[in-house]
Amino acid sequence: MITVKYFASLRSIAGKEEDQFNMGSETTLINLTHEISKTAPIIGEMILGKKVMVSVNLDVASLESIIRDGDEIALLPPFSGGI
Amino acid sequence: MSTALESNVRIQQENFVVTDEIEAIKKVSRNIGGITTFLGTGRELSKGENISKLDFEHYPKMAEKKLEEIRIQAIKDYGIIEMIIVHRIGEIDIGENIVLIVAAGEHRKETFKACEWAIAELKRTTPIWKRETTSTGEVWVQDTP
Repeated sequence: MITVKYFASLRSIAGKEEDQFNMGSETTLINLTHEISKTAPIIGEMILGKKVMVSVNLDVASLESIIRDGDEIALLPPFSGGI
Repeated sequence: MSTALESNVRIQQENFVVTDEIEAIKKVSRNIGGITTFLGTGRELSKGENISKLDFEHYPKMAEKKLEEIRIQAIKDYGIIEMIIVHRIGEIDIGENIVLIVAAGEHRKETFKACEWAIAELKRTTPIWKRETTSTGEVWVQDTP
């Protein structure tokens, strides 16, 4: 399973903190995005439109990145730490 | 040479004491001759609206990882001796401490530069989000200057 974490404004949109997706042993972030879009099309559009960043196992990744079973994906809206 | 302390980058709910962090960094090296601090605090006015409350959220592990990368790069690129970065999460009232950066070096010049770079880099790369509560509701801030 692949875990997808939603933060800040995306958590409000998704209505949950995380999701689990069964994508086989290996796929791409784009394929995962299409899967997310089936239940949350707004979030899918935000990912494809690069309105949010995506990390794979704590590192920022591109949509072409290969992801594997057991990976932790996070959808990261624009940061606003500091002041 | 500086000693990398595990507590040099921290994300925590509780408040911090600026002078305690300065005293801690002074202990790292007897060659420290200049220390620059940046302290970010909760301000009341944002885009013309009065804020009643701030909330900060982070992505655990990734946020700490990014802060550690900033610390390491600041030491390497600016030639400072040590840097401490502390960011608070959770509910924060107006006027309370939010973020602290302490840069210590042999001379003042590199510590000013490192401190300014570090807060800009924190805002750019670290997965921390701020939610402001005003009289019109709550909003996740997405474009801090």
